[in-house]
Amino acid sequence: MIRPLLGLGAVALLAMLLALALGSVNIPPLELWQVMRGEGSVLSRTLLIDLRLPRTLAAFATGGLLAVAGALMQILLRNPLADPYVLGLSGGAAVGALLAMLAGLGTLLISGSAFTGAMLATLLVFGLAHGTGSWTSSRLLLTGVVVAAGWGAVITLMLALTPSYKLPGMLYWLMGDVSYARTPWLALGVLVLAVVVILPLARNLNVLARGPMQAAALGVSVRPLEWTIYLLASVLTATAVTTAGSVGFVGLIVPHMLRLVLGNDQRIILPASALAGGTLLVLADTLARTVIAPEQLPVGVITALLGVPTFLYLLHRSRG
Amino acid sequence: MKTLQADQLVIDIPGRPSGQALDFAVEAGQVWGVLGPNGAGKSTLLHTLAGLRAPRSGAVRLDGQALTRLKRKRVAQQLGLVFQERQDGFPATVLETALIGRHPWLSPWQMEGADDLALAHQALQQLDVLELQDRLVSTLSGGERQRVAIATTLTQAPQTWLVDEPTNHLDLHHQVAVMNLLANQAASGRAVIMCLHDLNLAARWCSHVLLLYPDGEACWGPAADMLVPAALERLYGQRLLTVAVDGAPVFVPVR
Repeated sequence: MIRPLLGLGAVALLAMLLALALGSVNIPPLELWQVMRGEGSVLSRTLLIDLRLPRTLAAFATGGLLAVAGALMQILLRNPLADPYVLGLSGGAAVGALLAMLAGLGTLLISGSAFTGAMLATLLVFGLAHGTGSWTSSRLLLTGVVVAAGWGAVITLMLALTPSYKLPGMLYWLMGDVSYARTPWLALGVLVLAVVVILPLARNLNVLARGPMQAAALGVSVRPLEWTIYLLASVLTATAVTTAGSVGFVGLIVPHMLRLVLGNDQRIILPASALAGGTLLVLADTLARTVIAPEQLPVGVITALLGVPTFLYLLHRSRG
Repeated sequence: MKTLQADQLVIDIPGRPSGQALDFAVEAGQVWGVLGPNGAGKSTLLHTLAGLRAPRSGAVRLDGQALTRLKRKRVAQQLGLVFQERQDGFPATVLETALIGRHPWLSPWQMEGADDLALAHQALQQLDVLELQDRLVSTLSGGERQRVAIATTLTQAPQTWLVDEPTNHLDLHHQVAVMNLLANQAASGRAVIMCLHDLNLAARWCSHVLLLYPDGEACWGPAADMLVPAALERLYGQRLLTVAVDGAPVFVPVR
């Protein structure tokens, strides 16, 4: 069962090498090798180490975070159509980020504001769904979807009131754009830490997927586990959104594609999601940088264009 | 040896008077049948005995210790519950489903080993569903699913079994096979508590019976003392004819 993970790891490495080599200026493999050994021209070194490497790592971390968060949300809500944003977290983050942009704040403050918005949205949904006593997964889902619609209205209102010269930056943020990422290390650290934390819980998640009562009867402390998953998925999503805006569909399609191929053992699906989600976003970002180079597309457009047909296919299958 | 004990237990059914507190002890080797009309609280009682629902008052004890003070994992090593209803949100095969019965016995980093796999295979074999092991549970018939659920608890190997209507969806042959399997579990030193709708299965296989009335009243004791026509007619509000066959009473509803 370790073999699919090794395979995915190898593919991830290849994708990252490709992302380093391709761009507005292509760097041949020989020069790539020289730079990695600490040689090569100053221009190539700057291009690779200061520009492309952080961006590639940030794309990988963002994709991994979103895919793991999506896999967790699907188990928590026991709903295969759940994704990291289903509970309105991205809406909260977007409102935070747009407010900071409206105020003309710098990138760091935009990120901080987005993170604050995301965590506020999480607490809001959790508090509302908790309400009078117990929350069930369907109640959590319904609360989240309604709150997400509310965030959507606020975002539209803000865009309508924004002076037009500020709009492109905001729209790029909303669609998801890795070029906002300043440093990849925080996101990568959160991703690695999350996988290490969640792996020993993964068999508990397998049991939880069969329903909370069955899980409790098999020795799972359901409520603390659900809290842990929800908080973890929220922190992962908030970190991803803060790194690259709300990139769509990675969190929905990656866990599903993996489940179709590898089955539904979370001990494999969670680390595989981290690797495959990262790989997908690295490739999507490479496309976004190269299709109309030197102009760039927001990476969220590419993942959504890949994601929409996959989503429809899954929906179609789930009826049949 | 006492395994599971209800200590002045009142189950919590919203809007119903507390009625009589349950106070009984189930011992190893015994097979208890819980009988009662729809909505009397049979499933609620089983869930309360398993610690999945809080009682209105009183306590459930497992080997003398209050259930609420034990860790869920330790409870699951002692106590298995076969649910009446099951949800399958994500596709899973029959073998995977049986294997989750090993969950309470494995440490967080431990994978299922060869012995766990052997237990699961053995359980599926005993329930006559081994040849279905690679099928998705969602593609099985109701009776096959029921047997897979029982095989999961057999893989769990608990000291005390709580079974919510074990013969649900089963054909006559498999009803008998499952009742015999549960009786054998008791005979080998375990204890079984099950909800039943069929008086005749209770009369044939249960050593003890608990009658649960819809108003919260209850009585319990050895099966021979409890399975008397007057009590059963009051329980179901249904007149019965009784005949003796093969040393056990057979109850037939009056048309």
